[in-house]
Amino acid sequence: MSLLEKLDAVAAARKALLPEGVDVFGIPIEEIYSSTEAKIGDRRILFLGTNNYLGLTFAPECLQAAHKAIDSEGTGTTGSRMANGSYRGHRDLEREFAEFYHCQSCIVFTTGYQANLAMISGLAGAGDVVLIDGDSHASIYDGCRLSGAEIIRFRHNDMVDLDKRLRRLGERSRSTLIIIEGIYSMLGDRAPLADIVKLKNAYNSVLLLDEAHSLGVLGETGQGLVEETGLMDGVDFVTGTFSKSLGGIGGYCVSNHPQLDQLRYVSRPYIFTASPTPATIASTRAALKLLRDGTKLRQQLWKNVHQLYSRLHELGYQLGPEPSPVIATILDTPQQALALWNGLLEHGIYVNLILPPAAPDGKSLVRCSVSAVHTSEQMDDVGRAFAELREVIFPITS
Amino acid sequence: MASDYPDTLQRLCHHLKQFTGPDVEITPQTDLINQLAIDSVKLLNLIMEVEDEFDISVPINALADVQTVDELANLIHQIKSAK
Repeated sequence: MSLLEKLDAVAAARKALLPEGVDVFGIPIEEIYSSTEAKIGDRRILFLGTNNYLGLTFAPECLQAAHKAIDSEGTGTTGSRMANGSYRGHRDLEREFAEFYHCQSCIVFTTGYQANLAMISGLAGAGDVVLIDGDSHASIYDGCRLSGAEIIRFRHNDMVDLDKRLRRLGERSRSTLIIIEGIYSMLGDRAPLADIVKLKNAYNSVLLLDEAHSLGVLGETGQGLVEETGLMDGVDFVTGTFSKSLGGIGGYCVSNHPQLDQLRYVSRPYIFTASPTPATIASTRAALKLLRDGTKLRQQLWKNVHQLYSRLHELGYQLGPEPSPVIATILDTPQQALALWNGLLEHGIYVNLILPPAAPDGKSLVRCSVSAVHTSEQMDDVGRAFAELREVIFPITS
Repeated sequence: MASDYPDTLQRLCHHLKQFTGPDVEITPQTDLINQLAIDSVKLLNLIMEVEDEFDISVPINALADVQTVDELANLIHQIKSAK
């Protein structure tokens, strides 16, 4: 099969599964009204799949900071920090992130995806081992591949399984990087961090925690799972993204290991990428302040989470194991998931559709992501739509 | 150690049956992806089962060269032999 014929095969598979006329995995958005509403086709649609957990994409402080940065520093940096230098904003944001986590240092990356790529491939290499949760995000898998280290998976959140795999490594556990996530993007469940830290210490391994979905969501000041559990000292490296709770684009890593700074000189995804734009850095700095002081936003977020999770549970939908801003509805077949996704869109609600093999255990997911700026009435509307669609979805079962 | 290979192959085929069902014929030349319809995620889950069965670590990277049952059995055998 030629290179292009392979793509034709992908197109044929997609066509066989997905409906004509709707680009499920690239829905055209005509106009953005707010953090939670947009125009899709000719309709006003509620965003319930955009990971805008604190609803900061239209925060006046962030908009003003971005406008000012564009006016004073231009639209882009036109190259990497190694080649084109580090703007004051890059350095300030790194200092502010380090202070936020009470850590020694921070590196900012151009995307969250690249933060994982850069950290994993910079830390581990040929002859090392990366031991990753089976439900890890693609950025973690790709970072592991790029590293050249041996990649071993453990069963999702299964500590007996992690222990077993560390034991098998013997002395090699000392050159092993364990990688987990604060909140997993597929099912919305937390990692059992206390148990993982114990194992990491027992086997003298290194632990990297990705707080992509937990930054701004967990902990008193929104640091993530490290703050909720009080276990920052047990984690070697914390990565995360600006593209969810901070409403921008970019990524970070914080650590108390002095070696973190050396990653700037060995990590290709950091070295060979244009640095974040002044507007991105400025809006992220403003958003980080709002996130840190966002206790009320977090309270509202969790109120919305519990309202929607409880309602979907009452309706009999199979959900992820615990309430979180990622609320995954688990369906047996892609056809059911597609029908639910499409039905919700017809009810004016946009969510995420995840089909095998991207979803765990051969299942399909319709994934909601809840925001602090969703209203209680909007959560009620979503509950009503799921209730109506329940009758439509389940007769489809094989 | 070479005499362990038939045992490795037999135990692997037993595990593969759990993924494919008992009616599917599995030979050393069987293509895991194309004939057994084991997609990339199923293959990763199969590897976890294999790791537990043989008490070894099978790096995902090593699977790039594995297409058939025989190739997977050989990989397991090599890792066991190196322990």
